[in-house]
Amino acid sequence: MDLRATPAEEAFRADLRAWLATTLPTLPEKPAHTDWQARRAYDTHWQELLFAAGYAGIDWPLEAGGRGASPVEQLIFKEECERAGAPYVGLGFVGLLHAGPTINAEGNEAQRTTYLPKILSGEHVWCQGFSEPGAGSDLASLRTRAVRDGDHYVVTGSKIWTSHAEVADYCELLVRTGTEESRHKGITWLIMDMKSPGIEVRPLKTISGSTEFAELFLDDVRIPVENRVGDENDGWRVTMVTLSFERGTGFVGELLESMRLLRSLTALAKDTGAFGDPGIRRRIGQLSASFDSLWALTKRTVSEAQVTGIPGIGGTVFKLAYSEAGQRLADLSMELLGEAGLAMSPLATSGVDLNNDEWVEAWIKSFNLTIAAGTSQIQRNIVSERILGLPKEPQVTGGSK
Amino acid sequence: MNFQLSDDQVALRDGLLSLLDGRYDLDAVRSVEGQASVVERSRWAELADAGVFAILASEADGGLGLGRVEAAVALEALGAHLVPGPLVGSIIAGQRMASAASGEVLVGLHSRSAGGSLPRLLELPNDCDGYLVLPGTGEGAAPVTYVERSTLATTQVPTSLDPLTPLAQLAAPIADGEEFSSAADPVRRDALLLTAAYEVGLASFSLWRAVAYAKDRHQFNRPIGSFQAIKHLLADELARLEQARVAVAYAATITDQPEVAVIDGEVNGLSATECTWRAVASAKLLADTAALSAAKTAVQVHGGMGYTWEVPIHLAMKRARVLATTLGTSDHMAEIVAALTR
Repeated sequence: MDLRATPAEEAFRADLRAWLATTLPTLPEKPAHTDWQARRAYDTHWQELLFAAGYAGIDWPLEAGGRGASPVEQLIFKEECERAGAPYVGLGFVGLLHAGPTINAEGNEAQRTTYLPKILSGEHVWCQGFSEPGAGSDLASLRTRAVRDGDHYVVTGSKIWTSHAEVADYCELLVRTGTEESRHKGITWLIMDMKSPGIEVRPLKTISGSTEFAELFLDDVRIPVENRVGDENDGWRVTMVTLSFERGTGFVGELLESMRLLRSLTALAKDTGAFGDPGIRRRIGQLSASFDSLWALTKRTVSEAQVTGIPGIGGTVFKLAYSEAGQRLADLSMELLGEAGLAMSPLATSGVDLNNDEWVEAWIKSFNLTIAAGTSQIQRNIVSERILGLPKEPQVTGGSK
Repeated sequence: MNFQLSDDQVALRDGLLSLLDGRYDLDAVRSVEGQASVVERSRWAELADAGVFAILASEADGGLGLGRVEAAVALEALGAHLVPGPLVGSIIAGQRMASAASGEVLVGLHSRSAGGSLPRLLELPNDCDGYLVLPGTGEGAAPVTYVERSTLATTQVPTSLDPLTPLAQLAAPIADGEEFSSAADPVRRDALLLTAAYEVGLASFSLWRAVAYAKDRHQFNRPIGSFQAIKHLLADELARLEQARVAVAYAATITDQPEVAVIDGEVNGLSATECTWRAVASAKLLADTAALSAAKTAVQVHGGMGYTWEVPIHLAMKRARVLATTLGTSDHMAEIVAALTR
């Protein structure tokens, strides 16, 4: 084990730190949470700046417009961005963290050169069309149907939990190309242009009041066969690659954000006097230890990925543990805020912003941590079956309602 | 950056595991249960021959000249075999005492923390030849001293919680002996770190025993391990184990590579020493939790059998209780981490 930085990594960190120090002050003010067009503009502007400076797709290949550097430098990038308070990946997350890495690993040459550079430059925003009203945890039961018609697939069905569909250019779409009973053997991974005729987007309001998710209704949407990633009916394997990125390294930004939030929460606890309570201190210590170990686990996952190219099963352990630690952090923040945690609008005392609105929103969103990207119950099934080697539950066939 | 074990480290682990499989199988370990002395010197000598107690000693002093990562790897293997005896104390003492490195002298650890009116106990009183005495937390920059066992007045405790950790009650707090190290902090950190590594081994022992039982044991015509109620308990223990294991690996690595502690400390607004302390206390906290929780779950998964003396899970549970107590409790570790979170 060797965690020492190479001279190249040290130089990368120093250059990045200097670039962030000069660039961040030039950013416009953050847009309102609910203004999706403005948020898209803000996030893609940040992505353009990163791309122009050579900081987009740090571990993506040069041909794809990336930097061709190591995943370690990608981690340093995230660490320094969080430290400097740089914007998070935002609306770009599906393209940058799911679809992009999947196309990079499983797409053909034409797909890589067509889609990857525009994801990196911020020109294209992607959304995810995996889950369906009847196919959540049991994703392999999905029913959105794709029928071959010459050099097109004609797609009909509906999708749900499609993040940022309102402002997306492309969708990573899972469709049923096999028989209804084919389950994971009859799924295909397609790239869908969101401007295609036959797509209806209906925003879905979540418990935080946000419309970050939408439902998609697809009615005879024509998708060129050349937009297929991997073989027909081999989409489940491709999906597992997508999910391994999501679970393996897709939450690194969130983890670093949680670590920053814990630091500000500690400062708040000192300010209010709550830090004098040993119970509060111990909860802070417990969370700090958990987050630090998850950061170390990330480094280990990245070390493994440097050998294999795809994050290993350890990502599932990360997802399971991070989701629950994130919820404990959110719970602690609400207790420390007291009554101020009951207001969703920003409050200030003596002219100082409390940032209660951010904490409250984070608390509501924390309920999603153990649901999105595979519920914690599904993660536990994966851990116990694929790592511990415990037997599967007997299959209940035919039921997918 | 490479956070994987190197080929040499894998070879060290596998070599030790193979020795332990042969010489410290469960029957051998259990053969000394409840006895006043639990270390068989001939087996201890075999560990010494394998270099266990010389692992941190410099090559100039005849040691292996390896680091905390290797020591942690060794202790996890020892923990996974429930090997009894003053392992951590003897490895730390082995850095400066050739007699400990060679396995002739067994060195225990004793932390002189303030216990108020509670009795103070000495671990492994009939096995240790001497003890490294760590100053209590309120004693400031006091040194670590070495005290001969023969100088301590004690009364044997007839039955200890852990049948593989016999105890004696001290007649009086241990006074300073001959100076071992002028600075207590690095010794305390090593002791916590290596104990945490052993606890990771204990957690792994409990978890994999429970997994094996869950695959084998049938109820309702199915292996109980196919029920989600059981699987999910075990998945949570794996998550705790992996977090503890990687926290130990990280703490060991930055102790050996202080330049990493400088950079990581900077990111967190801490000095390199503070960063190392936070990592070590975090590792101990997570390892305490992993070892105790895995044992609890393993007892539960074993059902009624888990409550029997015959099934060995209680040995891991009791050792974890010992190790989560003697060098500072989990709450104490959480306090250290909280103080270093800014």
